Amino acid sequence: MIQSEQTDRQTLIKLQGVRKIYGTGQAAMEALRGIDLHIEEGDFVAVMGPSGSGKSTCLNILGCLDTPSYGDYIFKGITVNGLDRNQRAHLRRNYLGFVFQGYNLLSRTSALENIELPLIYRGVHIKERQRLAIQALDAVGLRGWESHTPSELSGGQQQRVAIARAIVTKPAVLMADEPTGNLDTVRGHEIMDLLVELNKTQGITIVMVTHEPDMAAYTKRTVHFLDGLIESDKQNGKIK
Amino acid sequence: MLWDTFILAFREIRRHVLRSLLTVLGIVIGVASVITMVTLGNGATVQVTEQIASLGSNLMMVSPGKGGHGQRSIAPPFKLADAEAIAREIRSLAAVAPSSNQGVTAIFGNENWATTLTGSDNQYFNVRNWTIKTGRIFSNSELRAGAAVCVIGETVREKLFGKQEALGKRIRLGKLSFQVIGLLQSKGQSTMGMDQDDTVIIPLRAFQRRISGNQDIGMIQVSAAEGASTEKVQEDIEHLMRERRHISSSEDDDFNVRDLKEIVKMLTGTTQVLTALLSAVAAVSLLVGGIGIMNIMLVSVTERTREIGIRLAIGALESEVLMQFLVEAVVLSSSGGLFGIILGLSACAGLKGVLQVPFIFNPGIVILAFLFSAAVGVVFGYFPARKAAGLDPIEALRHE
Ligand SMILES: Nc1ncnc2c1ncn2[C@@H]1O[C@H](COP(=O)(O)OP(=O)(O)OP(=O)(O)O)[C@@H](O)[C@H]1O
Ligand SMILES: [Mg+2]
Repeated sequence: MIQSEQTDRQTLIKLQGVRKIYGTGQAAMEALRGIDLHIEEGDFVAVMGPSGSGKSTCLNILGCLDTPSYGDYIFKGITVNGLDRNQRAHLRRNYLGFVFQGYNLLSRTSALENIELPLIYRGVHIKERQRLAIQALDAVGLRGWESHTPSELSGGQQQRVAIARAIVTKPAVLMADEPTGNLDTVRGHEIMDLLVELNKTQGITIVMVTHEPDMAAYTKRTVHFLDGLIESDKQNGKIK
Repeated sequence: MLWDTFILAFREIRRHVLRSLLTVLGIVIGVASVITMVTLGNGATVQVTEQIASLGSNLMMVSPGKGGHGQRSIAPPFKLADAEAIAREIRSLAAVAPSSNQGVTAIFGNENWATTLTGSDNQYFNVRNWTIKTGRIFSNSELRAGAAVCVIGETVREKLFGKQEALGKRIRLGKLSFQVIGLLQSKGQSTMGMDQDDTVIIPLRAFQRRISGNQDIGMIQVSAAEGASTEKVQEDIEHLMRERRHISSSEDDDFNVRDLKEIVKMLTGTTQVLTALLSAVAAVSLLVGGIGIMNIMLVSVTERTREIGIRLAIGALESEVLMQFLVEAVVLSSSGGLFGIILGLSACAGLKGVLQVPFIFNPGIVILAFLFSAAVGVVFGYFPARKAAGLDPIEALRHE
């Protein structure tokens, strides 16, 4: 397993000069052009910026799904870019929750089973698994929709199942790529309340991509991306 | 975890019932044919061995002519003296019976039945393992005088007498009338379509005088003593007969000594060759079945790229995704194996009546066939599973 050095307890996430280049030669495209970012434990960060500015790319790297082309990503004192696929998979399963930009639920699989999925890979026993999954389903307000498959759920409901799946393991960090993107404002605010609560009561560090300033206003800190660079990084004055 | 993987595999297979059925058809056919062939082959071998044993233990047949039938007429026939010489000169013999036979129609009242008539002496009953059910064997005076008496087999009794008492009745064999003095204990259905019970036995002298009209002997049947080497006995008989028939060392035998063990060996050999050959055919169909599984698993991996991406992104290890697809392939192929086993065994049970071959259940081959079908899943499922596990989560998630 991975030895955590825990040099700097507070700094959970450290990006140092991270660049991500897609493709090679003429077709090469630099999605991230040198990102320096520190995120402390317990922080709640909103990532904003125009489409194509590299938000999802950055989140994928933070979520240990992708590795930087250049630069370092240090998570919990572990240099992630030095790890192999398997070690990164261990990080994902043990510390990270991910809400994808598309919902990415398993089709033809009930909401409850979708939510149970990360618990299966954590080796949680079936009874406990179902209990936690129902709890998470409750938290996102989908009680009664356990046995519905994604095709029987609305876009917003699918999004909430995706959120439930990401939080069911009580991860150290939750990465959410536009978790309110498909929700009406009422539902969107409900989700934001939920995230704030998770951040407050369970101390889950949250990094959330969003286009809506309304939603970003719930967070503690807003990072603006522009053309693969961080344009601004501000603490939000007042938390709703 | 492994249990969850199994559940997952079953569910995935259930989603594509028809596709899964078609995929495993090759395996089903392969396994079914292996099971059928081996089971029937075993049955046939056991049957042949049992039936030949019922003919008489350590039976050897000495007859004039070389191996085949063609030269038999040219080779001089045996005489009674030849049988006496064998009985006298050869050691470790249990019994020696000179015999001749001929087809004949047996008639009683309105009933008639075409059967085989054998002329021999009382030794014949020993050599051929006959026991008398009711009545008696020939008396010495009957043998010496060539009396018109006969011992009949169960089939002949049934055909001529039905429910009537047969003992003491007179039946016509050809132009002559013989009295039934004994009934043979039935041996049941017999070797290679021949019914052993379809037989009538009369004293050799009666046969020679009244039926064939000459002193020839068709065959000398010999049974080696228990524990004696049949090879040695065969060699001794050959030596003796060459001497008696004045065959120089440069000439071939003009008679042959057939050991029933050789016939057994030859017959079981044939079934074994047949089994091996058909097993090869079965192996090919298993191979084709395996390739079918590989193909469908590759299709499945492509179809489910997104699912694989989700699993990997959520924390599944490569080895777990590999396992998932491998288990699926194995469940697929071994359920094909299971179907094949059921199909094969029912085919055997069904053919049992038609082919008159006993059904001998061989758990070894059933287990082997099952393990083999599972192994086909492992071998042919590995490559697709490897491919699934090696997918990049981000790219897999982008796949549409
Ligand atoms: N796998 C890839 N291959 C090639 N180019 C890519 C890939 N992923 C992202 N890109 C490019 O990198 C740039 C940044 O993409 P990214 O998805 O990070 O944008 P984003 O900020 O999340 O946009 P949006 O708000 O629309 O989701 C885009 O120009 C995109 O075309
Ligand atoms: Mg994006």
